[in-house]
Amino acid sequence: MEFALSEEQRMLQDSVRRFLEQNAPLDKVRLAAGNTHTVQRSLWAGASEMGIPGMLIPEDFGGMGLGFLDAAIVYEMIGRHVAPLPFLGTAVMAPLALMLAGSEAQQEKWLPRIAAGEILAGVAVTEKIGIREDAGVKARNGTLTGKSLFVIDWAEADLYIVADSDHGLHLVLPDAKGLSRRALNTIDKTRSVGELVFDQVAAEPLPRSSADAVARVIDAGRVMLAADTLGAGQMMIEKAVAYAGERKQFGRVIGSFQAVKHLCAEMAAALEPSRSLVWYAAHALDEVPGDAHLMACHAKSHLSEVGRFVARTATEVHGGMGFTDLLGLHYWFKRIGFDRQLLGGPELVRLEAARLQGWAA
Amino acid sequence: MDLAYGPKYEAFREEVRAFLTKHKNQAPKGLGAAGRPSPEACSWQQLLIQNGYAARTIPKDYGGYGAKPDILESRLIAEEFSAARVPSALQNQGISMLVPTLLELGTEEQKKKWVKPTLRGEVVWCQGYSEPGSGSDLASLQTKATVDGDDFVINGQKIWTSTAHEADMIFCLVRTEPDKPKHEGISYLIFSMKTPGIEVRPLTTMTGHAEFNEVFFTDVRVPKTQIVGQRGQGWFVANATLKYERGMLGDPAAMETRFQALVDLMREETVDGQRAIDNPIFRDRLVRLQAELAAMKFNGLRLLTSASKGEDPGLARLIVKLQSCELTHQISALAIDVMGEFGVLYDDSPYLRSHGSWQWGYMFQLGLIIGGGTAQIQKNIISERGLGMPREPKQAK
Repeated sequence: MEFALSEEQRMLQDSVRRFLEQNAPLDKVRLAAGNTHTVQRSLWAGASEMGIPGMLIPEDFGGMGLGFLDAAIVYEMIGRHVAPLPFLGTAVMAPLALMLAGSEAQQEKWLPRIAAGEILAGVAVTEKIGIREDAGVKARNGTLTGKSLFVIDWAEADLYIVADSDHGLHLVLPDAKGLSRRALNTIDKTRSVGELVFDQVAAEPLPRSSADAVARVIDAGRVMLAADTLGAGQMMIEKAVAYAGERKQFGRVIGSFQAVKHLCAEMAAALEPSRSLVWYAAHALDEVPGDAHLMACHAKSHLSEVGRFVARTATEVHGGMGFTDLLGLHYWFKRIGFDRQLLGGPELVRLEAARLQGWAA
Repeated sequence: MDLAYGPKYEAFREEVRAFLTKHKNQAPKGLGAAGRPSPEACSWQQLLIQNGYAARTIPKDYGGYGAKPDILESRLIAEEFSAARVPSALQNQGISMLVPTLLELGTEEQKKKWVKPTLRGEVVWCQGYSEPGSGSDLASLQTKATVDGDDFVINGQKIWTSTAHEADMIFCLVRTEPDKPKHEGISYLIFSMKTPGIEVRPLTTMTGHAEFNEVFFTDVRVPKTQIVGQRGQGWFVANATLKYERGMLGDPAAMETRFQALVDLMREETVDGQRAIDNPIFRDRLVRLQAELAAMKFNGLRLLTSASKGEDPGLARLIVKLQSCELTHQISALAIDVMGEFGVLYDDSPYLRSHGSWQWGYMFQLGLIIGGGTAQIQKNIISERGLGMPREPKQAK
């Protein structure tokens, strides 16, 4: 019985933390934020040298063959540093879709290239969670027609994984005829999402697609977003505590006022148990299939709520400075906001959790 | 991450199960949890001690089972007793607070005299700490003990003394050195509740029941030998005790039982023929609580792992009292809300649900948020010890 990160996992997390401290400091984040839909190639190359794109990919395909808990603690670090890395789509959701639903030939063709950091993969699954603006993709005779919104890691993708309205997953190349693309600009300038419009676009189906495979890809995405919020929230608390320890008013540091200390305590009290929930939800994706879907819902919805509370409270502890662009605290605020809305907001995800337990029709 | 206990512990689990299967029928029906245990509860406790399922790590010389401390074994025992719905070892303030204190700081004579009968449920203790003027600032306590010959003479008042009306004995903090700084003038005394000059008055709370008492001391004479630790060291003796306070670890299993009862309630209660669980707003609140409960449950597993390795889990431990009490209260609050008007029924009213336990719980659990270190004190602890934030500057006297 050991509910903890292993020594290897702590080392992995430390090495990613060090890498990001050196290579993704706030001034780099600011520069990247000015070019949201331009991939930070040198940063991704550095991450690739560490094996990050291929974390989940089996060693046979050039990856590291690690588990979702490993991926979650890495994304936690990426969230901690609000790092502009196309991790969620390229390193988690797309490879998982290929591993679950792809043919051997497809896996052999794409997985090694993803693992090596040579290509980027976007993921279009939002319509499986909820349809807006008549979006949705129909598959017919090897082509796709329709549109998909909030495509994850949309920018500069070399490959898109697209879910149709029938539990089918498809590979689409960005230069395919009939495909048009529009960037969507969000509050979070550290990650790219966009729209794909399909007009009889040639697509290659993943032959082992199923409702279950689509659901598992979404579950993994949700747990990762929860982990991102965990890391971003942790950093916001640390920044709030540090700021409260320096800023003086009425002749003393504001961190000595209980009104301020208690805000910090409330943030920590909410976030710390969430860490264990994220760990377990990620662990369950690999090891406890019966719990995986429910725990992905719980992790996503709970971290969304805790994240919102931490994001606003940490900003308040910073007072007026938190509201300005000077400290850049808003990058964390926005990152957490983005995590909440994508792949199902908390109310929607809780409804799914209720259905799963027979509590709702 | 490995959630399996492994063969050694699974074998131990089988032993516990075999014991339960064999002896289940001897278990007492009711739980005499806080007050005086019934004779059946006492003999059950003796059976548990003989088999190592109570007082497991207390040395044999003092009436325990004498096993080496192993937090995972303790956890398995708790899990199996809970799964079998069989009352586990007695839990009261004597066993959880006084016994560890005596074992750590008591004289050999004190240990020999008090530990065994306390473990067996034959001697019931109450805790004399809080006073009307000394709650969060416990070290400011004013109950006085002056020396007269071979005795201390005690005058003053304690409050929030649960089980005082049942107790044989009290472990009590008194001020013996009024001229010393507040933390250095306190002594820890143990004495009989039958000592002349002690008056116990029940303290009725908002629940309508007297879950606590006030205890008044008028010229109560206690031999000087009945001190634990040195004179003036009582604060430190008590702090050695406080770390054993069980409530601080939270009890995810109990919360889970309560949550399941809430789910059942929401399936049964209807308004206009619609079940509460089919109301999307109530249902959303339910799932939200379930996620928080899951977080606390896994936080508990994390604490267990830390404890088994002898590591301090830091924040993960410091937040437990604050978060658990709040979550428990929120579970009761939702139960009351789904009942609508029925949520205010109480006492022996017609239409009362679950014997009024949700209403009682909703009120009593507010008491738990305040007692044992208020939510605000918890936040001070979390921010100061967990986050390293500065203390409130002391006001000049």
